[in-house]
Amino acid sequence: MTEKVTTESAKLTEIAEANRQCRTAAEIMAVAEALVFVSDEPISAKAISEIIGEDKETVLAALEALKREYDERQGGLQLREIAGGWQIATRTELHEDIRKYLKTRPSAKLSLAALETLAVIAYKQPVTVPEILEIRGVQSASAIRTLLEKRLIVTKGHKETVGRPMQYGTSKEFLIQFGLKDLSDLPSIEDFEDLINQ
Amino acid sequence: MESSAEQFAFDFTSETAEIIPGERDELRIRLGQFAGPLDLLLYLIKQEQANIFDIPIAKITDEYLKYIRIMKRLDVSVAADFLVMAATLIEIKSKMLLPRDSSAEPETAVDDPRKELVDQLLEYEKFKSAAQMLYERSTIEKAVFRRGRIETDDANAEINATVFDLLTVFQKILLRHKKQVKMEIEREEVSLAEMIDRIQSKLSALQELNLIDFFSELNTRRELVTAFIAVLEIVRTQDLRLIQKQTFGDIYLRRV
Repeated sequence: MTEKVTTESAKLTEIAEANRQCRTAAEIMAVAEALVFVSDEPISAKAISEIIGEDKETVLAALEALKREYDERQGGLQLREIAGGWQIATRTELHEDIRKYLKTRPSAKLSLAALETLAVIAYKQPVTVPEILEIRGVQSASAIRTLLEKRLIVTKGHKETVGRPMQYGTSKEFLIQFGLKDLSDLPSIEDFEDLINQ
Repeated sequence: MESSAEQFAFDFTSETAEIIPGERDELRIRLGQFAGPLDLLLYLIKQEQANIFDIPIAKITDEYLKYIRIMKRLDVSVAADFLVMAATLIEIKSKMLLPRDSSAEPETAVDDPRKELVDQLLEYEKFKSAAQMLYERSTIEKAVFRRGRIETDDANAEINATVFDLLTVFQKILLRHKKQVKMEIEREEVSLAEMIDRIQSKLSALQELNLIDFFSELNTRRELVTAFIAVLEIVRTQDLRLIQKQTFGDIYLRRV
């Protein structure tokens, strides 16, 4: 009896395996698109691959192909890579009509001080308050508070030095709000030096 | 703080040249736009069309101090940082006025009293440009819209609890604790570190820890306070989250 069950379940696994092998590239693209659509947050290729049981490279290739399809079609939507995952969103140039429908205005902007503080944190993380002061030449306490409230930065533990100051770094929300794939997507800080010297 | 600003004005701005009221308002508005003393300094250098590697320090210092006078009306903590820079500028200015030792080697960049300030300005300018880049990116990003949230069980299950939710729970427990009349004979001292260890050992056994249950196990007010601080400390320093499964529900401590 037990033996029979074992062979049967083995058989089922075998069929599932066979099915998996049978999924065509188009089918993988379809299921990947559906998953990106339902996901609230940008969904990673790895997460998709775990759900559908295809390897990550295959899923990634499918997503890339899908992205090309979106781009070629020049429709209202785009498929894009953001914060370590994939996301379906509207095209930038359509924002005026979308805002008219949603009756929203661009949300409150960050102050110059907050943006500068965020720039220092993004490039120097993990970074402490005294280190930020050194670069900006001005206290950044209220800017840091704003950034924490907006969840753009997170605490990254204490620095093991005199006074054990708190260290800060950017959050996933930062990547999302600034349209970045990951931190390496930021232009290098040395590029700004070249820009200034020009 | 205000008095020290006054003193500064007295020490360094003895000239009678005052800015007329009409201009003053305009300047005040402009001052609000500067992110800090370095920002103001960069602006003044650009105004003078001066080379950043060869700052006309006397001229720039005068200009800077002119702005500082109006600063007195501004936020004191901001003004303090601006005053530090004023002092630095004056120090550099005075160093540059000192006669140079003619027997010394021809002046090298290291000897230039402006060197440190120039380095600071150059470093700052990079981050100012980076801030500009971030501003542009966020503007573009705000023109992109995502689909609204899909209502799923998962999306509704968890509400992130805030410190205030936690305080409310803590208050409830303290109240409950007050009602029980007890004689405290011996005070058991539990350190914060011990409390953190206790929470951690509980967490390693369980997936998540119901804070109400945990607080209820404690006997003294002192223990409760220690436990409360321990929870805050643990959430702040470690990969742990406070989760409330429904509004006004119990708060759980959970590993991320």
